[in-house]
Amino acid sequence: MAMAQRLPLIVFALVMAAIPFLPGVPPFWIVLLDNIGLAALVAMGLVLLTGVGGLTSFGQAAFCGFGAYTTAVLTTTYGLSPWLTLPLSLIVSGIAAVLLGLVTVRLSGHYLPLGTIAWGIGLFYLFSKLEFLGRNDGISGIPPLSIGSFKMIDPGTIYYAIWIAVLVSAVLTMNLLDSRTGRAIRALRRGHVAAEAFGVQTPRAKLLVFIYAAVLAGLSGWLYAHFQRAANPTPFGAQSGIEYLFIAVVGGAGYVWGGVLGAGIVVILKEILQSYLPYIFGGQSQLETIVFGILLVGLLQLAPTGVWPWLMARLPFKPGRKTPDVSLTLPARERAPASPSVLLQIEKARKQFGGVIAVNDVSFDVHAREIVALIGPNGAGKSTTFNLITGVLTATSGSISVLGKKTDNAPPQQIVKLGIARTFQHVKLVPDMTVLENVAIGAHLRGHSGAISSMLRLDRADEAKLLAEAARQIERVGLGDQIDQLAGSLSLGQQRIVEIARALCVDPMLLLLDEPAAGLRHMEKQRLAALLRQLRDGGMSVLLVEHDMGFVMDLADRIVVLDFGTKIAEGTPEAIKTNPDVIKAYLGAAA
Amino acid sequence: MNTTIMLFLLQDGITNGAVYALLGLALVLVFAVTRVILIPQGEFVTYGALSYAMLATGQVPGTARLAVAMGVVAFGLDLFVVRKSLRLRRVARSVALNIAFPVAILTVATALASPTTPIAVNIALALLIVAAIGLFLYRIAFQPIAHTSVLVLLIASVGCHLALQGLGLVFFGAEGLRGPALSSAALTIGPLRFTGQSIAVYGLTIAFIVGLWLFFGFTLMGKALRATAVNRLGARLVGIRTTLSGQIAFLLASLIGAISGILIVPITTLYYDTGFLIGLKGFIAAIIGGLVSYPLTAIAALVVGIVEAFSSFYASNFKEVIVFTLILPVLVLRSLAAPAVEEEKD
Repeated sequence: MAMAQRLPLIVFALVMAAIPFLPGVPPFWIVLLDNIGLAALVAMGLVLLTGVGGLTSFGQAAFCGFGAYTTAVLTTTYGLSPWLTLPLSLIVSGIAAVLLGLVTVRLSGHYLPLGTIAWGIGLFYLFSKLEFLGRNDGISGIPPLSIGSFKMIDPGTIYYAIWIAVLVSAVLTMNLLDSRTGRAIRALRRGHVAAEAFGVQTPRAKLLVFIYAAVLAGLSGWLYAHFQRAANPTPFGAQSGIEYLFIAVVGGAGYVWGGVLGAGIVVILKEILQSYLPYIFGGQSQLETIVFGILLVGLLQLAPTGVWPWLMARLPFKPGRKTPDVSLTLPARERAPASPSVLLQIEKARKQFGGVIAVNDVSFDVHAREIVALIGPNGAGKSTTFNLITGVLTATSGSISVLGKKTDNAPPQQIVKLGIARTFQHVKLVPDMTVLENVAIGAHLRGHSGAISSMLRLDRADEAKLLAEAARQIERVGLGDQIDQLAGSLSLGQQRIVEIARALCVDPMLLLLDEPAAGLRHMEKQRLAALLRQLRDGGMSVLLVEHDMGFVMDLADRIVVLDFGTKIAEGTPEAIKTNPDVIKAYLGAAA
Repeated sequence: MNTTIMLFLLQDGITNGAVYALLGLALVLVFAVTRVILIPQGEFVTYGALSYAMLATGQVPGTARLAVAMGVVAFGLDLFVVRKSLRLRRVARSVALNIAFPVAILTVATALASPTTPIAVNIALALLIVAAIGLFLYRIAFQPIAHTSVLVLLIASVGCHLALQGLGLVFFGAEGLRGPALSSAALTIGPLRFTGQSIAVYGLTIAFIVGLWLFFGFTLMGKALRATAVNRLGARLVGIRTTLSGQIAFLLASLIGAISGILIVPITTLYYDTGFLIGLKGFIAAIIGGLVSYPLTAIAALVVGIVEAFSSFYASNFKEVIVFTLILPVLVLRSLAAPAVEEEKD
């Protein structure tokens, strides 16, 4: 992190450290701040899980329960030191997350939140019924945290333990997001097809954020147990789980500091409502829940993305971005020692969706240093053929070989390792990531740093090389000026070019482009054609689907024509132009 | 285990399961049309049940006043939206729906409030009150954000649940209530005794399942509602009024919730917060049904009811744990059957 980015964090840390020493701060405020810190830890995990990763969980309170009860049982029944139970609490939460995560993270959309509500409630009842967890009464008499003979009993001392945990977690989480693994996580929310095409193991990435969020919740639970010196089921129930998600959404579910801000807003608001509403309305109980619920609905209508981004947009200064050092280079992708001249061989590939035959026994080859165009009317099976080659779909029959070896329906992550990179007909970029970050996903397999080294910033050398490669490819496709813009703000044509840059980051031998020229202006098309020729002359092969006949006829060395899933012609552009079957397919029988 | 106990447990499970099925159906209905996961469904149950129980004792429930208040807010929102083109007919329609309708219910309820009011009138009043609340709830909380993601809608739904549950305490107090039975008829087959109440539960559940299935499968309106769920913009382009679809879905859901509540309140004591748990069990059934299939949801609800009955007999402490973990194997199966290519999410 550059100094300019580190400064606000240091100031924040100093302010937080000074608060207990300020004269006139009521002790009650410190208790509130302790509660804010505890909630912020859980919310931060939810930011990563829900806001960034797109996995909504209502069950985080249960993971707090795992953390709290682990230390409660081990310190009271077995007399272990609280510091010894810290790693154990985190491990127990993590293991619970692995077990629940294996079941839940593969679920799509709304099944996941509903599933988390269900096991969240199930675990709450389990906590309140188990004998060794003290049933509904819970466990009391948990020892305080202590360093030597110094015991952190009052709220003002455990305050430091809580807020150090919050700050350290925030820094680690931000480091994680700003890394190779972080980009893979941030790509999850937009569906898994694009990420997998560049080698991201999406189920593993989802499980990772699930565990990460659970461990943060476990940490909060551990602190809570030693702060309250007791643990009972109530704070780990469904209501709290809902509240944590609420905190993350209020603060800004996509932002680490949104979690902290949300925790502050919600905890203080609840406190105010609880202490003042009875005066206004005369002792009616549960009024704060009503107001709370109404405020929640109102807030979503006014600021659905949360308060933090709303606040950031109003800041007079914008955080600067670092520019990658383009002198760094990545080693080239490993290539097969002796390249045969046939890169890709498709033999009688067939894909049926129920009764529909989308691709009907299609065969063709792509040779080294060749631009092959796949053309045909809409619905001819061109994109399906792409999906078969790249492993997104599995072929019903037939075979696809790369460098003479059958791929045997290998998953997309394996295909990209063979040196086949692709773009998509419907652009699949992460709109709220910059062009640079989007393109760097293409180099995913050429980096090696994992989550833990990213959190500890041990990945910087690796990361600098990845970003340098991405910057170089962006420059190559002519989008150097847009490198720091959000991908979603570019025109559709430019977004297609960004996809090409991302594919080039794989260092591929074969580039699969699905309608790359759609949405481009005339000059841009010419520039694209020049780029593709230059890539071919540099040794790369290109297989492209395109509807712009002028573009295709000028560029392609060879053309394969599909119609209703069947190959009807193959040959040079000149031969295809005069082929009667092709003319019939495009213009009808009478032509 | 002897056969009699087993039969009793089965009967108990099926009765509860039928209620869960009704709620599961309503959840599927609302989700299919509006993409809202309706957490406040449980509040519709308690509002229906406890309003009915209070009317039976001759009191006017606070829910009637809540309906009027929500109507006023809904009217305000309507006015705000059409402020640029205020036309008399539009305003008059909004006044009729949002002001006149709930005020009329409140007036009738106040005029008729007496312990001797016939049961049928009380039921009708309770249903109307909850239907109005359901309708206005959609207008106020969901219609303005109908285009947002499932997650945002879900959180808003949680907010509604919190507010309505809190209001439930204000209206009905912390004490539980029971309502009078719908009929005192009973039927004995072998060792089992079927009350008129439980027969009404079975009959209504079956009627609703068949009705919804016919409605969505075979009527133009039903198909329009489903189209709205799949693609709001597309539905609008072909002339479907998506707001109307949402209102109809909420109206049906609140009615179904209130009916379930009125069906069970003579059998068990209901508290202001009981609805949440009952609604969640309907959820489990709805999830098992994949939030799309009505018959599957109904069958799943019966399974949930039966499992609950048996586990409360054999492991009463862990009843809820068992019921809520029931969902995990289903989720595993759904994971295994998940399609290889997923549609792009927004």
